[in-house]
Amino acid sequence: METEPSFFETSPTPNVVGKPLNRVDGRDKVMGRAKYSAEYPIPGLTYGVLKTSDIAKGKIQNIDTSAAAKAPGVLAIYTHLNIPKLAVTPNDAEGKKAIGAPMGFMPLTSDVIHYAGQPVAVVVADTFERATHAADLVRVTYLTEQPIAAYTDPKAKIFDPQKIQDGKTDGKTRRGDARAALASAPVQLTGVFTHAINHHNPMEPGATTAVWEAPDRLTVYESTQGVTRTQKALSTMLGLPQDQVRVITKYLGGGFGCKGSCWPHTVLTVLAAKGVGRPVKLSLTRKQQFTSMGHREDQTQTLTLGATKEGKLTALIHEKTSTTSPWDNYAESNSKIINMLYDCPNFEASYQLARGNVMTSTFTRAPGEAPGSFALESLMDDLAYKLNIDPIQIRLLNHADKDPTNGQPWSSKSLKECYARGAELFGWSKRNPKAGATRNGRLLVGMGMATASYPVHNSQGMARVRLYADGHAVVQSGATDLGTGTYTVMTQVAADSLGLPPEKIRFELGDTKLPTAPNSGGSVAAGTVSSSVYMAAQDVWERLTKLAIKDKKSPLFGAKAEEVAIENGRLQLKKNKAKGEDYMALMKRAGLDDIEGSGNGKYGAGYETGQSASPADSGYKEPPAAHSMHSFGAHFCEVQVDPDLGTVRVTRWVSVHGAGRILNAKTARSQIIGGSIFGIGAALMEATHRDNQFARYVNADLADYHIPVNADIPDMTVEFIDERDPYINAMGVKGIGEISMVGVSAAVGNAIFHATGKRVRDLPMTPDKILATKPV
Amino acid sequence: MNNFSYLQATQPKEATGAVRDNKQAAFIAGGTTLLDLMKLNVENHDQLVDINMLAFKGIEQTGDGLRIGALERMSDVGENPLVMQQYPMISQSLLQAASPQLRNMASIGGNLLQRTRCGYFRDTAFPCNKRQPGSGCPAQEGENRGLAILGGSKSCIATFPGDLAVALVALDAVLLLENAKGKQRRVPLVDFHLVPGNTPQRETVLEPGELIVSVTVPAAAHTRKSMYLKVRERTSYAYALASAAVGLDVQGGQIRSARVALGGVGTKPWRSREAEKVLTGAPATEATFRAAAAAALREAQPREHNRFKVELAQSTLVRALTELTAA
Ligand SMILES: Cc1cc2nc3c(=O)[nH]c(=O)nc-3n(C[C@H](O)[C@H](O)[C@H](O)COP(=O)(O)OP(=O)(O)OC[C@H]3O[C@@H](n4cnc5c(N)ncnc54)[C@H](O)[C@@H]3O)c2cc1C
Ligand code: SF4
Repeated sequence: METEPSFFETSPTPNVVGKPLNRVDGRDKVMGRAKYSAEYPIPGLTYGVLKTSDIAKGKIQNIDTSAAAKAPGVLAIYTHLNIPKLAVTPNDAEGKKAIGAPMGFMPLTSDVIHYAGQPVAVVVADTFERATHAADLVRVTYLTEQPIAAYTDPKAKIFDPQKIQDGKTDGKTRRGDARAALASAPVQLTGVFTHAINHHNPMEPGATTAVWEAPDRLTVYESTQGVTRTQKALSTMLGLPQDQVRVITKYLGGGFGCKGSCWPHTVLTVLAAKGVGRPVKLSLTRKQQFTSMGHREDQTQTLTLGATKEGKLTALIHEKTSTTSPWDNYAESNSKIINMLYDCPNFEASYQLARGNVMTSTFTRAPGEAPGSFALESLMDDLAYKLNIDPIQIRLLNHADKDPTNGQPWSSKSLKECYARGAELFGWSKRNPKAGATRNGRLLVGMGMATASYPVHNSQGMARVRLYADGHAVVQSGATDLGTGTYTVMTQVAADSLGLPPEKIRFELGDTKLPTAPNSGGSVAAGTVSSSVYMAAQDVWERLTKLAIKDKKSPLFGAKAEEVAIENGRLQLKKNKAKGEDYMALMKRAGLDDIEGSGNGKYGAGYETGQSASPADSGYKEPPAAHSMHSFGAHFCEVQVDPDLGTVRVTRWVSVHGAGRILNAKTARSQIIGGSIFGIGAALMEATHRDNQFARYVNADLADYHIPVNADIPDMTVEFIDERDPYINAMGVKGIGEISMVGVSAAVGNAIFHATGKRVRDLPMTPDKILATKPV
Repeated sequence: MNNFSYLQATQPKEATGAVRDNKQAAFIAGGTTLLDLMKLNVENHDQLVDINMLAFKGIEQTGDGLRIGALERMSDVGENPLVMQQYPMISQSLLQAASPQLRNMASIGGNLLQRTRCGYFRDTAFPCNKRQPGSGCPAQEGENRGLAILGGSKSCIATFPGDLAVALVALDAVLLLENAKGKQRRVPLVDFHLVPGNTPQRETVLEPGELIVSVTVPAAAHTRKSMYLKVRERTSYAYALASAAVGLDVQGGQIRSARVALGGVGTKPWRSREAEKVLTGAPATEATFRAAAAAALREAQPREHNRFKVELAQSTLVRALTELTAA
């Protein structure tokens, strides 16, 4: 780390980085020029539509395709009987691992039905409407068995998994002796918290356009958060060399985790295209979106804390029970944040699972941190009230100066500043601490807060810079932009790294032909890709420096490389800035129209240790670093609750985060606002209801699955604490995509408690639950 | 979704005749209910008869009240000054419904004929007596949080989801209908929608091919002093968990006449004569309002997940009456 250049040194006062630059892709988006994965007008394009299972468990008895086959425009109907075969399927553990599949099951590989909405056929026709109609004409009969809908089903078998999340997290964790500490704790509190099923519901549904360029060469326009992970998955399943599969994702209409993996509909589209010998485009319907790309699982958490009379935590015990699929042991790892957030010497966590007839759940924005923080931050609030201590005070009292899980120092932590600044912006000191005591006419007013944190995961990536002698540059990395601003912030980083104005930079992403970048997931993209871009620019300067010191005509001739520094595109001596020259002059003399550099950006523990994970690997372990790396923040929420009607309105919102270097003040603010709204949705209204008898969703559309509308959201105040963290990556950047929703539902719930004296522990906190809860 | 033919009718007879003669045909106005259900395969029509060219227009004060053409759009009626001033609850019920985009498309006639949001009804993978008579009603023991607590039967507990009809039923609205023979008849809106009983597939008294031409609302003191209160999970673009349409004529603290209907809780727009009886002649006090609310919900039959509606509907009604009399 020490030998590598860092942005802190080379750009101590950045020109563009950090500024609220408008989105560079904004104009193309509003003009309709930005092409999403289902919008490529490929010659000979055909349309695929999925036929999905009506039942949740059983077998296909018969598929009658005769009427559909005769329908106008139909080119092919694929079922498990005739779809081209895969070289490798995720149906066994080895195959799943090799593919990096999110689910240990591929539809259309047998006649067995495991979940409602499971694809049973793919219909291909010359228009979308004809394919849709033909899919309706496919008649499937089933031998139906009684499904299990959830862990709450009396027939469900609860078990203790050794590992969850594909082996990433242990089923049980222990630190110290939490049971003994609890037994002797003068203060003991327990809360049982439930979380409804949530769906990501990005605006753009999952979509694939598959084009076989040759029998062994495939191009896929895919709605994915990671082109390389998709490329790896597809090439493995198809038995092709990785480079024979090209994946392109120029624009994404959101993802929130559901596009972090390669799901069955993508594979089925590719196979259908192979079968019909023509390009096939398949876009999920909104309803299919609910059963095609995972979800946040239904879950119950029991959290118990022990504390001293002064409010110091002595024990935390966390148990989680949730529904998983017939094949995978997936659960969000809620306990991680509970383990690390406060200074508590004794900790214990365990997971329990039950197999239901559902598809495998998957990472959903802040997977584990979001629901885990709801439990922890609600119970901390209870502790504050029980001991009559201010909620911020109780958190300061338990502030973790070191990482309690391993005793390591933090790479940086500005949580105390976040509390202080948040409290100031929010006017926390004016809050009457008594619950149920503040009114606005008929309405009860409440103010609550909660802590947020999210890890800086280990990651790495590559970027390429081509600098032209006329003063512009093309910068490339195979990253994806979820719509959050990757194009824009990378343009800024490249501009400052190259000493060019942003208009002179073209940043390209979203293509496996470009240098490999990590999945845009786990909040790693901004930090990893920006570091890669920065390192690639440094590579260019290194090459130019070498050129200059060997060039007799250069003022730098004969100097040593380490004596040369770059400032705003000028190569000059560190000790004598007057001695130097512009890179354009140098390149012209050398007869170079352009020069290329490439860079490997490392992020998180990999930066400090040099042991980075493969960008496409989803099952990596964090290497041991000398520092623990997290971003931290605090959310403050004011609600007004109608005590008679149970309705809750969020009326004020303040979020303050310490998240390393902020690359763009505007897009960063938008990320925090977006995540907070996502969290308010989970807190107050988001829930997918699965019928107990049929294990099938009853509200799989956006009219009945509620997400917040504009009128639900007040003006939001967002600020960042300046943080300079040299341990995490060359740019000093921490991700902000996920921390933005951590703690949000607790902040809302704590505000509701302050307003009403009612502790609602079941998400979402809809009017019926507010009315049914008794004040404590 | 099936292939279908399209006929643009220019005369009522052309439209009514086409739909009477073909069981698979349907009128289309704004299409916001119809096309949804066709895409879901809940309704299958082989002919759509577009009625938007028919002259069922107008929002006007007639000798004895308000007349609204069936093809007026929700947004135009909701924002009409006459409606806003003289019939505030009608305007409020419209402007709190759906979204601006939907309101711009959706017609008044179509609004009264919108169908339930019961999730089992809207997904053909489930049994549902309303969609497929005799197949069963999984909602009784299933996800019934949004379903009705008033007017249900063993066959069906589907909520009538609309808002406007609740306001109109409170204000004694009368529909003008016209059939394929060109014959017109008037039907009070309270008698237009049917409770499910054993035939949940029958939702209204409309005959095959019969059109809604217009709605009239008699003017009265309680139309001017009226309000529509809607409680929902988010601030807009959501159906009612419970709603109350109330109109009062209060003089010297005494209620001379009262109109009450509830939404979100009934299998049809729920006029509550029980509540009106309690209110009429009584002092406009909270105790009266509570007694009226209790009377309105006396017959409620909640299921596992919609029990909260019994209390919520009462609170909503009390709140509406309180706000109306405070104003
Ligand atoms: C997402 C969403 C949210 C909504 N939220 C609300 C809400 O909060 N509150 C609310 O009240 N409504 C709500 N609605 C329902 C909406 O108001 C209705 O869909 C709309 O009013 C229907 O009118 P339309 O003209 O589009 O009807 P269409 O879809 O054209 O027709 C509906 C039915 O009525 C028949 N029909 C139409 N006009 C006539 C006529 N003149 N005579 C005889 N038959 C006729 C058609 O044949 C069809 O069967 C919502 C709808 C959607 C899709
Ligand atoms: S309540 Fe009515 S609409 Fe819903 S499932 Fe039962 S019969 Fe069908």
